[in-house]
Amino acid sequence: MSDAARQLEAFLQSVPYVRFLGMRAELAGDEMTAILPFSDHLVGNVMLPALHGGVIGAFLEMTALAQLSVAQSTPLVHKTIDVTIEYLRPGRAQTTYARADLRKVGRRIANVHVEAWQEARSKPIASLQGHFLLGSEG
Amino acid sequence: MSDPMFDAAAMMATTVPQAAALGFQLVSAGAARGSLSVPWREDLVGNPATQVIASGVVTSLLDHCCGLAITSARGERMPTATLDLRIDYMRPAAPRAGVTAEAHCYKMTRTIAFVRAQAWDEDPNDPIATAQAAFILHGAPGPGESA
Repeated sequence: MSDAARQLEAFLQSVPYVRFLGMRAELAGDEMTAILPFSDHLVGNVMLPALHGGVIGAFLEMTALAQLSVAQSTPLVHKTIDVTIEYLRPGRAQTTYARADLRKVGRRIANVHVEAWQEARSKPIASLQGHFLLGSEG
Repeated sequence: MSDPMFDAAAMMATTVPQAAALGFQLVSAGAARGSLSVPWREDLVGNPATQVIASGVVTSLLDHCCGLAITSARGERMPTATLDLRIDYMRPAAPRAGVTAEAHCYKMTRTIAFVRAQAWDEDPNDPIATAQAAFILHGAPGPGESA
């Protein structure tokens, strides 16, 4: 197992809320794909049915934090400063995937863009733009 | 209290699967506002070192509260979809603390609702997060349709 994979596994295993969501992740080199299998407790609209908007937002945010944990070789938890979530399509009752793009990782702040999709990556269901305060060593 | 709007709000707080899974509780609803709380729980922790509730839980709470404020503004439950949601995190919640949120639907057109919300752990005047969101109203008549 590579350092990055170990770092990612440590992050996913250590956060109880990640287990509550049922979120997993796969690593290809330094590129991570986050996976959120469908589960009844994630539903926000039983008529459609559709995933809760908050769940989609939370999944995107956890994807950003997981990708940061891979990129930054530190076990420290980074803090979310702000997120803007755009909802593009309903989240159907199926598996959702997400990938994070670290647009800029500075000394203290990271600017991250995340996109989530279901059947096709070319048809994203939501995206997130966020700023994160990087955990410091001190 | 048992007016139909309050009952609809209570239903919304407890029967939506994600809301029930997180343990949302209705605090108040009325006058285009809605308030919900979520008690702290071990499986909702986002930072095991501090035992602080995950920001993702706060995201769901704020989003759900916004929907409640729209229900409250309409006087009935109405299906909505979130268009966008911006959240600013001022500070982490206190360790092992639950979170309360209140949303205000300050403007509603025939098709869109604009909502502001904030979340706090102990003092409403010392928020942990604020949110701004826009929603599309699915029950609203489309352009050219009569109400």
